[in-house]
Amino acid sequence: MKKQLYILQDILGTNRKIAQEIKAACEEKGVLVVNLMSSPGAGKTTLLEKLAERLKNRYKIAVIEGDIETERDAERIRAKGVPAWQITTGGACHLEAKMIARVLPSVEADIDFLFIENVGNLVCPASYELGERVRVVLLSSPEGDDKPKKYPKAFTTADVLVLSKADLLPLLPFDIDRAKKEALDLNPSLRIFVVSALTGEGLDSFIEFLVAAHAALRPADA
Amino acid sequence: MHELSIIAGLMETVEALAREHKAKEVTGIRIRVGALSGVVAELLDSAFDIYKKGTIAENAALEIVKVPFKIRCKACGAETERDDFQFACAACDSADLELVQGTELVLERIEMDSDEPEK
Repeated sequence: MKKQLYILQDILGTNRKIAQEIKAACEEKGVLVVNLMSSPGAGKTTLLEKLAERLKNRYKIAVIEGDIETERDAERIRAKGVPAWQITTGGACHLEAKMIARVLPSVEADIDFLFIENVGNLVCPASYELGERVRVVLLSSPEGDDKPKKYPKAFTTADVLVLSKADLLPLLPFDIDRAKKEALDLNPSLRIFVVSALTGEGLDSFIEFLVAAHAALRPADA
Repeated sequence: MHELSIIAGLMETVEALAREHKAKEVTGIRIRVGALSGVVAELLDSAFDIYKKGTIAENAALEIVKVPFKIRCKACGAETERDDFQFACAACDSADLELVQGTELVLERIEMDSDEPEK
């Protein structure tokens, strides 16, 4: 017998459900979860190294690193004295919430910040929530100012845009106003920080933003 | 290219529903794919062809309904349907908008052969 079922079910619903559970569990403990996305080589790990240096004396932080292969990024973070877990996807182009859920039990519960560095890829990670409160997309100056509209999903779903490698701006034909305008056209509520991890430019205001977002999780404690 | 993992997620749901309804075979699947969903319909199609082999949906046809993105202007109330990623009202050019549709990635309908009587 032929049968038709009308359903209307979110195909990514299973991932979203796990992500929401992660988000609720972390935020209840006062953990701010930050998901960092960008193409490979935009400077996610270097930015995390700098954040680790500047935050670790005041806050407890942990990092989950996503890569296709190798422990290299986790080792770089551990070298800063911050606990890090490496997820190697073995080929998959993005992290999914269930991968985070598997690692989470081994991450200490009393941390303030959990940074998740996604697999370097400006397309696929954007479709997968990981339980983050803050989604950060990095665009580095060598990549070009025309990227937001070429890779719109990453920019429409992000809360924050970090324009990284700002120290190279004088050397490159990168029009920072164009990059900002392209991104804001796609997502008018995007917060934008111009940052150089190398010189430290812009790091303070980005950290201030993260600290405020963390404080907002527990307004009663303030 | 994450279309294969999306199809894997879709097939989990399809197989669960097929079991629930005692289907012998799934013959058709219809999904809705928004312009802002971040996936490419043609790649979903190829991924489905690879993935369906040996499953209950081996002979199923995948129908993909593409959904353009639509925004509603908070300033003048006009609705604009676009396919060019321009987030501006077509009537008044305002950027104060809300997204009405276009991010969906939804399983809409399954056709199956089942011994289970219609309820």
